[in-house]
Amino acid sequence: MQVRFELNGATVAVDVSPDRRVVDLLREDLGLTGTKEGCGTGECGACTILVNGETRLSCLMVAAQIDGCRVMTVEGLAATADGALLQQAFVEEGAVQCGFCIPGMEMAALVLLRHEAAPDRECIRQGLAGNLCRCTGYTKIVDAVERAARDTRASREPQ
Amino acid sequence: MSVVLAPATLEEALSLLAEHPAALVMAGGTDLLVRLRGTTPGNAPPLLSLARVVELRGVVAEPSFLAIGAATPFSRIIADPLVGAHASLLAQAARTMGGPAIRNMATLGGNIATASPAGDSLPPLFLLDARVELASLTGRRGLPLAEFIRAPGRTDLRQGELIARILLPRTPPWDRECFAKIGRRRALAIAVACFAGLARLDQRGRIAEIRMAWGSVGPTVVRLAALEAELAGAPVHAATLTQVRRAVFHGVAPISDLRASAAYRRLVAANLATNFVEGLRG
Repeated sequence: MQVRFELNGATVAVDVSPDRRVVDLLREDLGLTGTKEGCGTGECGACTILVNGETRLSCLMVAAQIDGCRVMTVEGLAATADGALLQQAFVEEGAVQCGFCIPGMEMAALVLLRHEAAPDRECIRQGLAGNLCRCTGYTKIVDAVERAARDTRASREPQ
Repeated sequence: MSVVLAPATLEEALSLLAEHPAALVMAGGTDLLVRLRGTTPGNAPPLLSLARVVELRGVVAEPSFLAIGAATPFSRIIADPLVGAHASLLAQAARTMGGPAIRNMATLGGNIATASPAGDSLPPLFLLDARVELASLTGRRGLPLAEFIRAPGRTDLRQGELIARILLPRTPPWDRECFAKIGRRRALAIAVACFAGLARLDQRGRIAEIRMAWGSVGPTVVRLAALEAELAGAPVHAATLTQVRRAVFHGVAPISDLRASAAYRRLVAANLATNFVEGLRG
């Protein structure tokens, strides 16, 4: 079937088997390898993407489900003001170790900060509860999200 | 490669189900797609996705009950003010399920249809006297959830039927409610045991009415009707707590699996209930 959807702001149309997993469609058919597959069973969050502004696990979705939807992957983060600040905060705080979980972490954190501008650390941990970091670098990841929240709030204050 | 059927209305979904009796109904897909991993490509049955059937999503307050669309995801149940006002026990359970992304996908009807012994929404639904409303091309029928769920992975869903709505009778508010879940970690963990409790107290602080249910400690949800009846009118003192602990320890029917032993599950089930009853004091 032809699946048409908005991907990181651009319209795409791909001929694909309707039961193709979205993570495979993104990585193999469209070459967007930022989205990672960790467990493939919905337990690690590495494949987290946004569909219509909500987090979804791309390993547990089939192509037909994103037809007509607005999809954002980690490749689209830098083009958004809050996404760019979030990525910079991960760099500044040294939150990235092996990096495999980071695309999923950042997508989950982006949605968290869009709903909660000033989350405390417990709230951040709950927002990232579906994302595993096997380097166990959680402390600096939470630091980075805290910093991103501060930076995003500061960027919105009238100059 | 399997066909994915994506109807836009319930009527269309039911027609497609009649045309494709082998189709697998997919709501959030968080359980189904994991189970389909590793199946032989080429002879996979069609998937009937309910993602576009808007009428199966959302919460409506009717005069005597709350109606939750079967394909309503848990994140929406958590955020819904009607659920918060009339069925907050369900919202409490939903907050413990999966992680944020899973809750955006997984649905209440899916948790029911899966009929897992570890379905965390089920103990609260049992206590809230939930009924399931099933739709087919020939009409609708309804039955109590406790009758609909037959065994692990088995329900009374008939060929050509879809779960349309979950109905929760509106009752006077309960004085106390509790949902508790013990797992290997707080998020994304299948429960070792979960517990739901509701209670009303009389003016003297005695138990007027109590309901308790456990998940993951039996083939389906466990409820101990005799214990609930015995506790009506009981004061919350040490002897009552001992009675609860003993009755639950012997009343549940857990198995040992990779998450926990049967003996540990008995202990946890008894502790969760005892904590709840103890908390009714003062």
